[in-house]
Amino acid sequence: MIRTAWLVAAKDLRIERRSRVLLWQVVPFGVMALLLCGLALGPQRAGRSTAAPGLFYIVVLLVTLLMINRSYAVESTPGTRASIATLGLDPAGVFLGKALALCVELWLASAVLLVGSVLFLHTALHGTVLALPSIVVTLGALAGAGTMYGALTTGGNGPATLLPVLCLPAFAPLLIAGERSFSAALYGGALWEWWVISLVALVAYLALGILLYGVLEES
Amino acid sequence: MKQLSQRLLGPVTLALLALTIWMGVWITPPDQVQGNLARLVYVHPAVAWVALYLSFGTATIASVLYLWRRTRSITVDRIAHSAMEVSLVFIVLTLITGSLWGRPTWGVWWAWDARLTSTAILGVFALGYLALRRANDDPELRARRSAVFAILAAVNVPIIHFSVQWWKTLHQGATVFTATRSLKIHGSMAWTLLLSFVAFSLAYAWLVRARYRLEVLRSQTSDESITRALEQRRAEGVR
Repeated sequence: MIRTAWLVAAKDLRIERRSRVLLWQVVPFGVMALLLCGLALGPQRAGRSTAAPGLFYIVVLLVTLLMINRSYAVESTPGTRASIATLGLDPAGVFLGKALALCVELWLASAVLLVGSVLFLHTALHGTVLALPSIVVTLGALAGAGTMYGALTTGGNGPATLLPVLCLPAFAPLLIAGERSFSAALYGGALWEWWVISLVALVAYLALGILLYGVLEES
Repeated sequence: MKQLSQRLLGPVTLALLALTIWMGVWITPPDQVQGNLARLVYVHPAVAWVALYLSFGTATIASVLYLWRRTRSITVDRIAHSAMEVSLVFIVLTLITGSLWGRPTWGVWWAWDARLTSTAILGVFALGYLALRRANDDPELRARRSAVFAILAAVNVPIIHFSVQWWKTLHQGATVFTATRSLKIHGSMAWTLLLSFVAFSLAYAWLVRARYRLEVLRSQTSDESITRALEQRRAEGVR
């Protein structure tokens, strides 16, 4: 399972490195969305608002949706999924690999978005660094959930529009937990309580993915 | 016997719902604190019970049964679909009745309360389930994906249940029992509350059964129309 996971993750990340979609499309979109959030708040409030962690996570969710679509679009060529199925790879490993690749991509995109958050929304650097463990875990949970929901929508009618409908309700608790722990890191409060919620969600989604991903890949 | 019980389900449900309304409005006394507003207790908790536990529970169990190879059948998939559709109706009813209760007591139609928000999210999950079914044409793929989604969505139910304990919420805690499992409600109020749970549960069963039958008929009509179309094409070929 672990070997399959490494293989699949390396394949997805290699495709991403060569196509540069993350670099030239997703990250610029995220930065633009962050700027729009600042504009929506107005120049007077953008730098002083306590809404910065929430805005950061809203942008992260939008970026996650794009990345999930992207993760499954690379396998949308006719026959690709069927040929992967005939290779006899462990579905749990495929799930873990795709989730890992998505997670790494989200970490990279979020690193840029965090810099944007410090620059545009004036989040304190010390607090942002303090929030990093919770951000890392929350993004892991988002990747785990996103991989499952991506597999659910792929190949159906209108996967790009269906994905947000399925994903966003599942992402809502993660948004709350992530925002709360980021806020706690910036302005004080119970940092670890919310971090634990993200951690539990990460473990739950990984467990569900390992158990159920094979069912989705059945033919 | 089975046919008789099926035939009686509708009338018995309607009679019990009417009895609940009669007892709730005319027999039970108004509450000491909330007055007549408390009569919503004969609707809202029962509707929420059906929405969150009975129908979502049925959909989840049916989905697990579908994913388990030994029990996999079109019947359990149809049950899951019917239960989820009825669940959406009851979730909407839960939110509406809760909102009607919330406006005079909290002063707002909607509060960003953990239980309200998580229930609304469960409604979006139910909508997502129905959208997912419509997005897949292949019946087996549709059934499999819907089953996985229902299980993922069911994770939200314990969050809703314990939300009033985990977070400080405007929504009250348990309605019927105290923390030590003793009754909080007595006399005619307790009996009417119990009756409302039975009546709404039967209403749920009635609706799910009707939805299930509709699904069977729809599937038969679809099969027949395909067969008819194929026969027409063959006849055209012979000519």
